[in-house]
Amino acid sequence: MIINEGFKPKRKANEKLPPGQYEETGFPVLSLGPTPKIDLGEWRLVVDGLVEKELSWDWKEFAALPAEDVTKDIHCVTKWSKFDTKWRGVPLDHIMDLAGVSPEATHLIAHSYDGYSTNIPIEDIRAGGPGKAGSQAWVAYLYDGKPLEAEHGGPARLLVPHLYFWKSAKWLKRLEFVKGDKPGFWETRGYHNYGDPWKEQRYTND
Amino acid sequence: MSDTHIGSRNNPAKSEGAKWKEARVVSIGKAASNVMGIRFAVPGWPGHKAGQHVDVRLTAPGGYMAERSYSIANAPRDAGASGEPYDVELGVELLEDGEVSPYLWQLKPGDAIELRGPIGGHFIWDTAMPDPLVLVAGGAGMVPLMSMLRIHMDSLNGREAGREAVFIISLRTIDRLLYADELADMQKKDKDLKIVITLTENAPADWAGYSKRIDAEMFEKELGRLKGSMPDIYVCGPTKFVEAAAGLLVALGFNTHSIRTERFGG
Repeated sequence: MIINEGFKPKRKANEKLPPGQYEETGFPVLSLGPTPKIDLGEWRLVVDGLVEKELSWDWKEFAALPAEDVTKDIHCVTKWSKFDTKWRGVPLDHIMDLAGVSPEATHLIAHSYDGYSTNIPIEDIRAGGPGKAGSQAWVAYLYDGKPLEAEHGGPARLLVPHLYFWKSAKWLKRLEFVKGDKPGFWETRGYHNYGDPWKEQRYTND
Repeated sequence: MSDTHIGSRNNPAKSEGAKWKEARVVSIGKAASNVMGIRFAVPGWPGHKAGQHVDVRLTAPGGYMAERSYSIANAPRDAGASGEPYDVELGVELLEDGEVSPYLWQLKPGDAIELRGPIGGHFIWDTAMPDPLVLVAGGAGMVPLMSMLRIHMDSLNGREAGREAVFIISLRTIDRLLYADELADMQKKDKDLKIVITLTENAPADWAGYSKRIDAEMFEKELGRLKGSMPDIYVCGPTKFVEAAAGLLVALGFNTHSIRTERFGG
């Protein structure tokens, strides 16, 4: 390791910050291309794959599902973290119950309106996993009490705050439950398959 | 972005890219009034693709660490071209209240920092991609696009043309233009390259370029003729700039999936 003599930290170490992250008070935007603009009248969310019952909601139906208000820290792989972000969303656990996800399913593949996809193990979206109380993942549609802006993934995005934020797919279109892993967009382009910020799993072999 | 569109062209980052490496400063000097160009020799550097970035890590004497990402400006084959061999050239914008950029600005030849990379498998371009090239930069967003333009120039191999390329650059003021002399030289050498500069503040009285923010009229005039030829388009800059530019490109009729973006800052 190199010690950079003369490097003077301007920020304080903070136990809420995973390694290599810094606190950001704005809300930067990271995405791979132009921001898709999805009309609420045309928006649908589909749940399929290894489920007893395929589901497809329009906006009105989706907004009527039971939702939770949560306050979470989020961590982007590009190094910024933002503390105490406030969201409203439908817990993934509830969606899985409604669809009757098969015990055979091992992963959720989230698909977005821009063609993006990302993979998340089932145990990371189930409520009350080992040592975890309550929900771990949501389909979020309000940010800070207001409809989620398009550049931040609106109308609705995945929210999985305990993983790097690329796992929280924007412009969510489809939740596909599968048996066996299926690495998504960034996971096949050099980024880590799981993405735990506390283990600094940024890139493929971290 | 569909996997079939991109997957055939790009490979995942190489595994050695993940390890922290010692990077020693070979040379350092202003690339623009607000951007420092820093060239590093990095033993074990695996090479990179145009558009990729590195992570930089600084460790203070007390053990405090800070990491940031910076785009790579050089073409992969630049090493050694200028006499002193170097592997990675960064363009570091000095940020007010920045933690890492002020330290990087005061580095001297021989100083060492840690970096790892190359990183990124989407915002990359290669001369094997056959279509016209469109680059759109806001400010220091020029850095990764310069890596692309540099490999493009290398690929001309003395010919005066070969691929239609447009580089639209939006700057506050002309002193913020990176690599000004090199760009002028490229423009002279490549008949199929068009470099378009717009200044959003205090354009000089004799300024012949645009002096406004990017808009539909500018994009139609500079890029409209490329609508039928499926260019590969790369946009880099601050978030608001990238949102505006990508929106204009989509409105002009370019395929969403041909537009790759890289955003920095809030």
